[in-house]
Amino acid sequence: MIAEKGVWNKLRSRLLFTGPTLFAFITVMIVPFLYGIYLTFTNWDGISTSHSLVGLSNYGEVFKDGVFWKSFGLTLKYVFLSVVLINAIAFALAYMLSRGMKGQSIFRAGFFVPNLVGGIVLGFIWQFIFSNVLVFFGTKAGIPFLSASWLADPDTAFWSLVIVTVWQYAGYMMVIFVAGLMSVPGDILEAASIDGANGWTKMRKMILPLMIPSFIVTIFLSLQRCFMVYDLNLTLTKGGPFKSTEMVSMHVYEKAFLSRDYGVGQAEAFVLFLLVAAITLLQVYFSKRMEVEA
Amino acid sequence: MVGSKSPIPWLKTVLLTAGLILFIVPFVVLILNSFKENKAITSNPLSLPERLDFTNYKNAFEQMNYLTAFSNTLVITLVSVLLISMFAAMTAHYFVRNNTKFNQYTFMIMVASMIIPFQAIMIPLVKIYGSLGMLDNKWSLIYMYLGFGSSLAVFIYHGFVKSIPAELEEAAMIDGCTRTQTFFRIVFPVLTPTTATIAILNVLWIWNDYLLPSLILVDPEQRTLPLSTYSFQGTYTSDYGPLMAALVLTILPIIVVYLFAQKYIIQGVMQGSIK
Repeated sequence: MIAEKGVWNKLRSRLLFTGPTLFAFITVMIVPFLYGIYLTFTNWDGISTSHSLVGLSNYGEVFKDGVFWKSFGLTLKYVFLSVVLINAIAFALAYMLSRGMKGQSIFRAGFFVPNLVGGIVLGFIWQFIFSNVLVFFGTKAGIPFLSASWLADPDTAFWSLVIVTVWQYAGYMMVIFVAGLMSVPGDILEAASIDGANGWTKMRKMILPLMIPSFIVTIFLSLQRCFMVYDLNLTLTKGGPFKSTEMVSMHVYEKAFLSRDYGVGQAEAFVLFLLVAAITLLQVYFSKRMEVEA
Repeated sequence: MVGSKSPIPWLKTVLLTAGLILFIVPFVVLILNSFKENKAITSNPLSLPERLDFTNYKNAFEQMNYLTAFSNTLVITLVSVLLISMFAAMTAHYFVRNNTKFNQYTFMIMVASMIIPFQAIMIPLVKIYGSLGMLDNKWSLIYMYLGFGSSLAVFIYHGFVKSIPAELEEAAMIDGCTRTQTFFRIVFPVLTPTTATIAILNVLWIWNDYLLPSLILVDPEQRTLPLSTYSFQGTYTSDYGPLMAALVLTILPIIVVYLFAQKYIIQGVMQGSIK
């Protein structure tokens, strides 16, 4: 323990070492978060300087806002499908790319590339792919399900969003899985082989249980990113066709900044926070209980 | 390391190569079309460009005010990353070496705050900083990045500071270093690999961020690259050529950095995920 002499010296180094970080953290995260909870009880319209308390009526509005619940349900479906596919594909890639095969670092680097680019740009690129390249290809090659733009139909537009999300994040999660797989001790797997365990048994009984810490991280990160999807949603489908792919984040944005319904928008954002917090905490809690020691 | 050979090695290579092609093809299509005229793009988006025509690039470069947007993004990213790494390292160091109840609780609150989605904060954030007249200013944005980025950075540094022996610092202080000198001469240099990890994670986030800057920066002169790409598309909805060129120009800087620092970036992501 390093300690300074005197109250003044102690206070000075506390301020110097923790002051800037904590001041920014409190004023940018904590104060707006708490003030946001307060705003859900007001009728602020975004322009006027005054607003009055309206009790729980914003939350009542939230329950009556059918569009919100529709996009809420859609987001849950999107998050579930994306998280499962991202993790499955990322794990498969990592498993194939962690056994010293020729050129594996080139493969890893290649699969990571979509993560260098922001959702805005990726959305534009894929919008072009779905509405021009695939349509051209489908028409020329006579493949009916490709010859109309996927973005023009609600169902296929939803799947386009899932596909691009999986394409975007699989490489990132793959890198985390590779790090985890490298720490699985080779000698216990060898011992299992000598005892007659086949590949599938080793995977199920040894590798997967030992990889739980990696899964905690990748599922946490993919849950967070998918729940907060906005950029990609904006430039790939713009929530369309006919608002059929509008995720909850975009809905909150429009409610607050375009319809100027700040109280209701913030209440919906708070409902989103409660849901994300509950799901991520449950995920971490249950997976921690499944952790094993090698 | 996971041992044992795959039963059919060539099948694995074929699968992986096919996967890699799927991952890279969108970028290839983008680059091909960025050299073509609009007519050529819509009639056959898969054809090769007839010649290296930089007209689209010239248009995009001027229309999206590329140099301004690029230097805005560069300044915002570099200053934010510098501040986040330095201040977070100091805070994490302080928390580890002064392990009081108060510091433990503060640290726990910072860690817990990482589950708050940005959407739950953006509306009050705009209201508060708008009423303080702090919007439309890149320094406000940098300050917000420090606030949003410090939790994860303190968390990662915290784990690594614990592994530095305290004797090292005590020796320096006996030799007459002040606490600040000890930190900058002994601790911060030892933390360089961790700083690299934090810098990489934050550059990937801040360079590409859209929603926060779109709420804070209004004046076209202040726009970052993602913002100017987005507004560029608004003016060229049906003209694909210049848009493709604009997209290439937007991703070019980070791809160039990746070509040189690819190994470190992948390692940084690996290190950042180990808790």
